Amino acid sequence: MNKPRHSSRAKRLIGLLIVLLVALCAANLWFGSVQIPASAVWDILCGRESEKEVWRFIVLESRLPQMVAALLSGAALAVAGLLLQTAFNNPLAGPSILGIDTGASLGVALVMLLFGGSLGLTQSTTLTGFTAIIAGAFVGSIIVLGTILFFSTLVKNNIMLLIVGIMVGYVTSSVISLLNYFSTAEGVHSYTIWGMGNFSGVTGEQLPYFALSVGVGLAIAILLIKPLNALLLGDRYAANLGVNIKLTRNLLLIVTGLLTASTTAFCGPISFIGLAVPHIARLLLGTSNHNTLLPVTLLCGAVTTLLCNLICILPGESGILPINAITPVLGAPVIIYVIINQRKIQYFN
Amino acid sequence: MESTTAILSAQALSIGYRTGHHGVKQIHHNLSFALHRGELTCLLGANGSGKSTLLRTLAAAQPPLAGTITLEGRDLSTLSERELSRLIGVVLTDKTQTGGLTVYEMVSLGRQPHTGFFGRLDRHDRQVVDEAIEAAGIAHKADTYMAQLSDGEKQKAMIAKVLAQECPLVILDEPTAFLDAVSRIETMTLLHRIATTQHKAILLSTHDIEQALVLADRLWLLRKGQGLCSGVTEDLILNGDLDTLFDRRDICFDRAHGSYYPSVQWEKEIVVEASDETLLHWTVNALNRNSYGCRIAPDEDTSSLPRLTVSDAHTLTLRTAAGVQPFTTFDALIEGLKKQD
Repeated sequence: MNKPRHSSRAKRLIGLLIVLLVALCAANLWFGSVQIPASAVWDILCGRESEKEVWRFIVLESRLPQMVAALLSGAALAVAGLLLQTAFNNPLAGPSILGIDTGASLGVALVMLLFGGSLGLTQSTTLTGFTAIIAGAFVGSIIVLGTILFFSTLVKNNIMLLIVGIMVGYVTSSVISLLNYFSTAEGVHSYTIWGMGNFSGVTGEQLPYFALSVGVGLAIAILLIKPLNALLLGDRYAANLGVNIKLTRNLLLIVTGLLTASTTAFCGPISFIGLAVPHIARLLLGTSNHNTLLPVTLLCGAVTTLLCNLICILPGESGILPINAITPVLGAPVIIYVIINQRKIQYFN
Repeated sequence: MESTTAILSAQALSIGYRTGHHGVKQIHHNLSFALHRGELTCLLGANGSGKSTLLRTLAAAQPPLAGTITLEGRDLSTLSERELSRLIGVVLTDKTQTGGLTVYEMVSLGRQPHTGFFGRLDRHDRQVVDEAIEAAGIAHKADTYMAQLSDGEKQKAMIAKVLAQECPLVILDEPTAFLDAVSRIETMTLLHRIATTQHKAILLSTHDIEQALVLADRLWLLRKGQGLCSGVTEDLILNGDLDTLFDRRDICFDRAHGSYYPSVQWEKEIVVEASDETLLHWTVNALNRNSYGCRIAPDEDTSSLPRLTVSDAHTLTLRTAAGVQPFTTFDALIEGLKKQD
């Protein structure tokens, strides 16, 4: 009785996820539009000479950053989704449902379209332009989150709040459409490409910044595990347990904004990961205890996006599929399953 | 009451809400009272009498408008969140999202005021959690998901959580609402036992007057505009304080049975004789419900009124001007009375 029964299950699951993660990382480096033998990929990674110099370039300058970007985005979005679901006491909350990534998109659109496409992330970008895009995404997502948080004080009903979130998302989208309308063809083009979601847009030089912002966000999220568990009891119980509700909520808002904004800025708005992965993690783990749920969600997110990215690059020579063509195919069935079975699933009740 | 020490006391307390900049909605003023260790105190009052506001104020969830609350010799408003979380534990009616936690995990959350930054439980914490689960009587459900518990078991788990918090003062907001009769009695008995054995001060609000009168060591009666009346149950009942708890003409308090009933509006009168107290009580109950006022052992002349004699539950005799009618059940008696009209 001293140890919760799922702790050994959690250990096994985390082990399995790490094995999967390593396997998927390897697969992401191995597969691509150019066929490179696995032994050559290994040699390149170990810093040895390879047969062709171009292979070295492909693996280190294209596949490796793409793999790391997919891994980081998955972890970031999944954890952001989990934080939102706990903070809003609603299992159907998520960065894309609540329009937070649309907010980030608006910020990016403002920066990109105002500069007429010269700041497109797909081209090599100056550091200032790049910071501007991230700042735009962050401010955009925080504004939407703040708006929803404001409405959450007026609207107590969680379903109503979700609808408010969706409405805010629509309004933001329409502003983006207007911006597109008044923008140059070049700007619209680079924005549209960005909007389809793409892990290959992150270059090797940008990667450390991306990794840093996601790393900071995830670290703060891990520090919030204890108050997150208390929040499962609701605000008033949590306050009685000594949790500073205002501070915790503000931190959750900032972390979610940071994680969603950095992912959206670098890789475009990626749907369904934030919404679906926490559910996959809970179903696999059988608990809403954040001590194990948060690490498992993080790993599941990374595994899921690596898998999605692998599917995207599988067509090989005919090109890369947009990531947002894959994530809903994986995510939507999970959400439908969860909704249909909500009476049977413990954490819903 | 020398044996019990006051853990919480209030002097000249005003409670209510601040609305806008200068607006104040005062619900009660000049309240003074004390809570003692080892006692179960039940707060009774009609809806809207300010029960929840009083409990929230005492739990430091909202500030008083005036006056002071002293907890363990210190002013409540000077205590930090962390100190408060170790002194006052609450059980609320709020809906929680703990369905995906086991009872053990949920009860462990009660240790948060005592654990470190990551909330890890050490050996002592786990022992306290085990004891809390045991004391609340749900040890057999420790590894069950919260979602799989009945309402009564959920309430016991919440009580275990508050025990794990190890607070000397426990405040519960309507802990028996939504529970069936058996769970209501179990919950109240459990709370009374905890107050006595663990020497805690327990304050709860309830609409379950029947249980409160049986188990409360002390009653707090809250009436709109009249403030708080506190005392031991029997003193309050026999002084007539419960008669006016609900300020309604059509609700009366039965001092003998400790329950409220709707006052009878009778059109007809009947003389009743019964062989014992129980028979008399239920006979009057049946007649009152059917708009008969009952005369029991009247002094004046009642020969013009019908007369009902109940020797046992199956021997009921009705004497009227028309003659004598025997009945074997109350069902038949009520039928017979209706035919007369």
